[in-house]
Amino acid sequence: MYAYDELDRTLINERVSEFRDQVKRRLSGELTEDEFKMLRLQNGVYLQLHAYMFRVAIPYGTLSSKQLRRLAHVARRYDRGYGHFTTRQNIQFNWIKLSELPDALAELAEVGIHAMQTSGNNMRNVTSDQWAGVAPGEVEDPRIWSEILRQHTTLHPEFSFLPRKFKIAITASEHDRAAIKVHDIGLRLHKNADGETGFEVLVGGGLGRTPFIAKTIKPYVAGRDILSYVEAILRVYNQYGRRDNIYKARIKILVHELGIEKFAREVEEEWKQMGHGALTLDHSVVEEVRSRFSYPPYEKLPHMPDELKQAAHDPLFERWRKNSVAPHKVQGYSIVTLSLKPVGGPPGDATADQMDAVADLADRYSFGEIRVGHEQNLALPHVAKRDLPQLWKALDRIGLATPNVNLVTDIIACPGLDYCSLANARSIPIAQELTRRFANHDTAEMIGRLHINISGCINACGHHHVGHIGILGVEKNGEEFYQITIGGRADENAQMGALIGPAVPYAEVADVIEDIVEAYLALRDRPEELFVDTVKRLGVEPFKERVYATR
Amino acid sequence: MPLVKNGRITTDLFVHVADGAELPGDGDILISAERFLADPDILSRRPGKTGVVWPNNRAVDDLVPYLERLAAVALVFPTFRDGRAYSQARLLRERHGYDGELRATGQVLRDQFVFMSRAGFDAFEVKKDADADAFAETMKRYSVFYQPTGDGRLTALNRRMQLRHSESAGQ
Repeated sequence: MYAYDELDRTLINERVSEFRDQVKRRLSGELTEDEFKMLRLQNGVYLQLHAYMFRVAIPYGTLSSKQLRRLAHVARRYDRGYGHFTTRQNIQFNWIKLSELPDALAELAEVGIHAMQTSGNNMRNVTSDQWAGVAPGEVEDPRIWSEILRQHTTLHPEFSFLPRKFKIAITASEHDRAAIKVHDIGLRLHKNADGETGFEVLVGGGLGRTPFIAKTIKPYVAGRDILSYVEAILRVYNQYGRRDNIYKARIKILVHELGIEKFAREVEEEWKQMGHGALTLDHSVVEEVRSRFSYPPYEKLPHMPDELKQAAHDPLFERWRKNSVAPHKVQGYSIVTLSLKPVGGPPGDATADQMDAVADLADRYSFGEIRVGHEQNLALPHVAKRDLPQLWKALDRIGLATPNVNLVTDIIACPGLDYCSLANARSIPIAQELTRRFANHDTAEMIGRLHINISGCINACGHHHVGHIGILGVEKNGEEFYQITIGGRADENAQMGALIGPAVPYAEVADVIEDIVEAYLALRDRPEELFVDTVKRLGVEPFKERVYATR
Repeated sequence: MPLVKNGRITTDLFVHVADGAELPGDGDILISAERFLADPDILSRRPGKTGVVWPNNRAVDDLVPYLERLAAVALVFPTFRDGRAYSQARLLRERHGYDGELRATGQVLRDQFVFMSRAGFDAFEVKKDADADAFAETMKRYSVFYQPTGDGRLTALNRRMQLRHSESAGQ
């Protein structure tokens, strides 16, 4: 956990007072809606179809039990008793009243939570691997650098009015769980030949209506230089990024129009001129931030405790363990993923009661710590293996032990037309229907790892381009239609999915997905070949033939 | 439109002179970048001070040779959403060492004051009277800053390191 000090707390409180004043001026008419819009967005407040939506940051996906309880309280007191975890380590409340927002923010500020960097044309919440600090084989804990970047970009005086939003993600593992290749800046921690920690810097990735995979702009930037290098990228973007067309304003378009080589030269030139100034991070400064991350006092525990051996006889426990429990860097411990994808439920939602219960379980079994991942699930990062059977029972009682992590029903979806004013089509009911179609666990397990991503419009909040199966809602003559892509992925081998055929109407989507999955089961050359690998080996055609032959 | 300078509403001694309009014989003037670059000798020809209104889509490099003799540089915020002039301001102050008046013009609203001041602006053509009246109050909103900029305010990191040193010295 990162412990905020007096300075961090003061800044958050000052932000709350500022926003309270801004809301007051809006309600009195002193601020026009146009003027207020940017100010509220910079505090995570959107105007949606039915009400204001309030997005709260969970930097690099780390929460304490105390913080989660406060989120539950906000859901109960200011909303309708639930919250929605997003694909960028935020939580959204959909039914908040503008006049009550300052109070909600003040209550969150008491536990070090804020809504800065959750919206607006500025730096967004810096995201990272939800297993940071506990994943085996990690170069080092990427949250140290996430926090350094978070602080540096918070209320940045130069970059708070960029051409468009700006997202950074950091990973320190070989397997990228932070989707860094679809971010404006992706940072991959690694060590150079001398054993020094630094970053491969990628730039210009993103989804939306013009998707791009990020390109490497510099293979190695030393840790001490990362702030200045990021600042150089931002300065080039702030000055030359397009402001004439909102759809061409992201850095990916600038990188694409200039070409990565020319863009890299511009950044290099700027970076050189910045010199080794105030942004260079001394070792002691990095250590100062590092020292405020605390790690649990792990016990020395056996690799395979008796409790786990006994529980292995229970097939229901075993099927949950197989897909929800991951190896921990410390022997005797596990990382446990809590599925927020129950059959028939909206992906990523949690009720206030569930949040409170998870906070209690975190206190009992995970040193009071909870993680939030971009797949819209939660995780308990430090669970002793001997506690797994009891934890499983407790999770099952609160509906958080659905054994579908990474399976076909572990669907990522945006809120879609049910909530969002930008959407063209519904996402949640499609996800709900698919979870019912694939509710049989044995079938799901036979299918294996398969990520379905659903977006209700071209803005791609459900990351449909990088779903193994991607579903994109579009509007045709006033009706909801869905384009379907296959073969996308968001990890270290990120790529965009390919369109499988013409868009299909709402009522047919689940049938088509079932057909695609059946085609895969027939086409894979062995049970271990994942869906996405079969698509890679065979291309789209054989799937297209099978799925569209009868349509 | 009120001018805030050195933290107070003050009389603007500069006159904005439109392109093509006749220059006053004396007094301080603000003219466009184009007009200035076409005739930089204006600096030595007139008795009054000269300032330049520099557009936000032109590199400040072109202005650098004249900085020492300019009395003011006015940067432009066509809308408050367009943040290019923040970068220009920091470059002028921090890279090129400009220490004359740096003025924010255009859609300058209360909620940008702190950002602008941190980027190096010290004069503000404020859009609304009520915002100008609230300048001093608004500048007190924040006491903690994370980024080192040319404004000299101590960053949170500086303060933490100082605290560390004083703690270890006391042991």
